[in-house]
Amino acid sequence: MSWIENRFEEGLIVTSLDWAINWGRSSSIWPMTFGLACCAIEMMAVGASRFDIDRFGAGAFRATPRQSDLMIVAGTVTYKMASRVKRLYHQMPEPKYVMAMGACTIGGGPYFKHGYHVVKGVDLVVPVDVYVPGCPPRPEALLEGIMRLQDKIKHQSIARDRWRGVKEAALT
Amino acid sequence: MTAEAIVNLLKTRFPEVIRGASLEGCHPHVVVDASHWPAVARFLRDEPQLGFNLLRCISGVDCLEDRELAAVYDLYSARRGATPDANWIAPHEFAVTVRVPRDAPRIPSVADVWPAADWHEREAYDLLGIVFENHPDSIDDVDGPHPRRILCPDDWAGHPLRKDYEFPLEYHGIPAVTEYGQTRPQH
Repeated sequence: MSWIENRFEEGLIVTSLDWAINWGRSSSIWPMTFGLACCAIEMMAVGASRFDIDRFGAGAFRATPRQSDLMIVAGTVTYKMASRVKRLYHQMPEPKYVMAMGACTIGGGPYFKHGYHVVKGVDLVVPVDVYVPGCPPRPEALLEGIMRLQDKIKHQSIARDRWRGVKEAALT
Repeated sequence: MTAEAIVNLLKTRFPEVIRGASLEGCHPHVVVDASHWPAVARFLRDEPQLGFNLLRCISGVDCLEDRELAAVYDLYSARRGATPDANWIAPHEFAVTVRVPRDAPRIPSVADVWPAADWHEREAYDLLGIVFENHPDSIDDVDGPHPRRILCPDDWAGHPLRKDYEFPLEYHGIPAVTEYGQTRPQH
């Protein structure tokens, strides 16, 4: 790489545009202030000082979907709530990510058999990026989910459409 | 007052309305005819000896074998002692059961007697389909006038806690059946 060596002053960073954008996006995942049931208590613990989601840049819980990157679906999704969850998801700007937190959100959980009112997995309503199992998951598990989401974001490219092939299905 | 005294008072005041009484166990109650239930309720609240000024709960019961639905009203009498700084005292508690046939479950509303009955009656309608007549929050649709639902969505079909309830197969395009076929349990 001799053609570029010693041609800029100290402090200049050379990287790919993808790397820079993904680094920025994965280091500032702003979640939505949005909890449906007991998993939200664990999510609040993650936001507080003991577990401190701010270490990963994801501590800015936004009170509106318009400013959010991540929807942590924390808790039981009922059929009555499903249309609201879908509307909030559609109100979020791209790029947007969904994390299914807890057994109810992943697949109905304890309401799988006898819950007449529980959606059998929020992936029937909105597309899910990361599943965090548990009932409820420990705060460390949610942080692990954040890190897995960061891994996922770091493999994106601005030249590739995330939704190619699935966009139409996701928007119906 | 003891439960026996309450039953005797009710039987002398409403001789032909009280269908039966159960004094054994920890939940003494009387069974009241549905059409006279508001008058009995008003008496239970306004009679100075009784003074049931607090409706604690309305429990709906599905007696599938008897082809009946029942509403159990748990009453409580919370009164203050004589002096102004006295604590709340609880002289007695009691319960009333109203049983109605399962194919025409209609009970007059007592939301004008105890305002707490408003939401409880809506819940009993929502989950068990007991129609409370003259409820203050009624709507009139194809099923006739009935209280508004409180937990399920307004367009929900059926009453989920009935023992012969058919689980929905889908709701607004969201499938409610899984590949395991386990979402329609038989009670």
